[in-house]
Amino acid sequence: MSSTMELKMHKEERNIVKDDRKMIVSLKNLNVYYGNFHAVDNVNLNLEKNKVTALIGPSGCGKSTVLRSINRMNELLPETRVTGEILFDGVNINNPKIDAVAVRRRIGMVFQKPNPFPKSIYENISWGAKINGYKGDMDELVEKSLRKAALWEEVKDKLKQSAMRLSGGQQQRLCIARTIAVEPEIILMDEPASALDPIATARIEELIYELKKNYTIAIVTHNMHQAGRISDYTSFLLINEDRKGHLVEYGVTDDLFLNPKDIRTEEYISGKFG
Amino acid sequence: MTEINIAWYKIRPKYHESIITWFLQFCAGVSILVTLGIVFILGKESLLFFREVSIVEFLTSTKWQPLIEEFGVLPLLNSTLTTSFIAMAIAAPLGLFVAIYLSEYASERVRNILKPILEILAGIPTVVYGYFALTFMTPLLRIIFGQNTVDIYNTASAGLVMGILILPLVTSITEDALKAVPYSLREASYGLGATKLEASWTVVVPAAFSGIAAAFILGLSRAIGETMIVALAAGAGPNFTFNPFEAAETLTGYIVRISGGDISYNTVDYNSIFALGLLLFFITLILNIISRKLVKRFQEVYD
Amino acid sequence: MSNFKENVETRYKISNLWNVVFTTATVISVFMLILLLLNIINGAFGYVAIKNTIEPTELINSGNLDELNEIQLIELLESHLSRGLIRRFNFEKPLKERSNTELMNLIFERIIEPRIVKSWNLKESILEKNSILHYAEKELPGAHIQFRAWLNSNFLIGSQASIPELAGIRTAILGSLMIILLTITFAFPIGVGAAIYLEEYSVDNMFSRFVQVNIYNLSGVPSIIYGLLGLAVFVRGMEPLTSGAMFGYGDPTTTNGRTVLAAGMTLALLILPIIIINAQEALRAVPQTMRQASYGIGATKWQTIWTHVLPHSMDRIMTGTILAVSRAIGETAPIVVIGASTFISVDPSNIFSKFTTLPIQIYQWTSRPQPEFRNIAAAAILVLLILLLAMNGFAIFTRNKISNNRRSN
Repeated sequence: MSSTMELKMHKEERNIVKDDRKMIVSLKNLNVYYGNFHAVDNVNLNLEKNKVTALIGPSGCGKSTVLRSINRMNELLPETRVTGEILFDGVNINNPKIDAVAVRRRIGMVFQKPNPFPKSIYENISWGAKINGYKGDMDELVEKSLRKAALWEEVKDKLKQSAMRLSGGQQQRLCIARTIAVEPEIILMDEPASALDPIATARIEELIYELKKNYTIAIVTHNMHQAGRISDYTSFLLINEDRKGHLVEYGVTDDLFLNPKDIRTEEYISGKFG
Repeated sequence: MTEINIAWYKIRPKYHESIITWFLQFCAGVSILVTLGIVFILGKESLLFFREVSIVEFLTSTKWQPLIEEFGVLPLLNSTLTTSFIAMAIAAPLGLFVAIYLSEYASERVRNILKPILEILAGIPTVVYGYFALTFMTPLLRIIFGQNTVDIYNTASAGLVMGILILPLVTSITEDALKAVPYSLREASYGLGATKLEASWTVVVPAAFSGIAAAFILGLSRAIGETMIVALAAGAGPNFTFNPFEAAETLTGYIVRISGGDISYNTVDYNSIFALGLLLFFITLILNIISRKLVKRFQEVYD
Repeated sequence: MSNFKENVETRYKISNLWNVVFTTATVISVFMLILLLLNIINGAFGYVAIKNTIEPTELINSGNLDELNEIQLIELLESHLSRGLIRRFNFEKPLKERSNTELMNLIFERIIEPRIVKSWNLKESILEKNSILHYAEKELPGAHIQFRAWLNSNFLIGSQASIPELAGIRTAILGSLMIILLTITFAFPIGVGAAIYLEEYSVDNMFSRFVQVNIYNLSGVPSIIYGLLGLAVFVRGMEPLTSGAMFGYGDPTTTNGRTVLAAGMTLALLILPIIIINAQEALRAVPQTMRQASYGIGATKWQTIWTHVLPHSMDRIMTGTILAVSRAIGETAPIVVIGASTFISVDPSNIFSKFTTLPIQIYQWTSRPQPEFRNIAAAAILVLLILLLAMNGFAIFTRNKISNNRRSN
């Protein structure tokens, strides 16, 4: 914490965001190792409440790994080690004493490929709520979640049908609805539209715009234009010569795209590599 | 002259290849011959049998006593089902639990130790399990339940040991089914705040349901066709009983006992073992077909 | 938020409970294997009480046969044994030409005739040694207690006998080996040929699909059904061939076709589907690029298969075959059905001989009520298991090595 680099980062952050209390998640000196491989090197990043933060960068830069650290999904892979602080509401959740299962209910996740359970649409939504001890009216929760995910009108007559029979775009919105149903505060999205066609992608983007009224969203995307369209903040990650992923630049999306401070950011967003 | 030579060279390799192709096709055809052979032999001898014995009597009578010309299959079938269901009562839960442990819980290292152990268990000849049933399981049962309750030969002992015999089979097919469930479903469950048990038990297991069902049915089919354990431990002599502690001969046990002696051809006894064989063949064939259908359906979902 | 009850703690409790269940189930499975093996070892070793039929002291006051000269020894033999037996011994080798040691051995085997009157298994021998000795002293006067490994060299090289302590399994081992050789000879070429046809030649038509489904179904047919097939087709239907009568081998005792040949063919049919399925998997693992490269040079289909595809997949095919063959070695039911001779002391000399196999002997001995037969059954099981373990271990080891090599490439 004492290095000058650290201080500089903090100063920059202060320039961008005036009110520190809005930060719902702060990553401090996040490092991720897969066995001996150092995948993510010293990332510092904040998620602001009710905003969309995009993580962009070429493939293999560790952006998904950073995202998956936030709700401790990385520890499911064998021999994975995450160091540094992940402050969530001021509590460091990267701590074996903090229960990962409890964390994941409050920090939900939507994956790259739509992965509905091979159950009915209704059960897909109710499953998470049920295991998490939901006591309210389940029908109401299912409808509410599907409405929030803009899927209700399309599926309200076939809730008993298998979710596997929905289209890819519908499946992904179902996965979002499923995540919303357990009432998380943060939704992490790992390239949620990369497996979808342009029309389905557009619907997901609209949905994200709607969702940020109630949720804080972090989204990993390959697509710079998508980041530009939907995010409030953008962070740009890159791998260095040692193949470690690190944060190059972090800022308000418009600033980062129009006036990148780092030459590598500029090159990346102008399409020179990636 | 040269033209003929060219033509000669053109033809020879084709000739050579077609003989090989013909031979390979014959090899593939042998398996069909085997099936036809089984169906023909079982069918032919059964026809001779059913000329002497009515099918109705065969399927409904509760007495199998060739000496007084009573040929009711029910006592044999009943003890076959008793031993098989006892076996499944052991192998199904145990196999499912071991498979869940191997596929969801065990580390790579533990799995590398356990898998060969299960393969060893699967490679032990069934006659050895028969010895185990007779010299270990039966005395154990007699100690637990009393000498007077448990006969020296009984279906419970045979069934329990048969459960151990089919355990590796059920485990390995169930584990394959669980492994075939995409990792993304487990991720989705964890992302919603599931514990490992919740992810395994309420997402992965239901998702692999048809594969697991296929494993159980195949296990049942193996148990029904299993011979040496019942021949050694279940007792000789048909007995229509629902008491697993009594001796009762199974379909396979009867076939082995009768054919083991010097059986003379063209007798009802000789024909009867083929009729029983035919019944056994149909039961296991139907179970195997159902099992394969289930596996196929399961594979189609995740391909 | 309010709709969710904090329940993580309970859920973890349930989760841990089931974790214990899963682990226990696994431990039980491993325990079963250990129990099975221990049970066999338990039967194959232990104390025996040996009692002489005639005590040496009844033959000579001092009880020491060494004191007797050749003539006295022959007298002893002649006075205690039937005349017919003496004539047979003389026919084998005149008693007068035999050395003292030979004569004494004969007296030992035929007159003193030590017999096992009671046996204990290993567990009892270790845990209850004192009460065994005590029991023997009280109930078995004149018997002496000795620790016996039922699996010993005499057991391995001895031939059949009706007395358990004299019985051996040489005949059974030879029978098993001969049958297996025949089984491989039939099943391997046909099985691999069928696999090559299905993987390399067949187009996706009715015939090939039918063959494929048929093979899967055959692999699930209970082995006893193959026994019935073998009984009807090979033993009964092809009797002139399988008994050897067709070739002038008309051994009067085997003209019924219950021969090594019939058993070998039956087992070949039994493992054929397994060999085909394994070989198909092996062929499927050969990369398509290898075939294309060969065709690209102008090779014919068969040249491609013979020089590239088969050599590349042979290790896997062999592994699959070993696993199938080890299944055949342990098969009992079909061999019983086609009618293995249960008591033969003559080694099988050719494929038209009567035979017995290791599993048959185990089955026979286990089903006898006398405990000593259980002991030799256990010893025979040990031999069978060691044989199988060596084969299976070799196959699994090779397979793991192959898959490791493939992965590192």
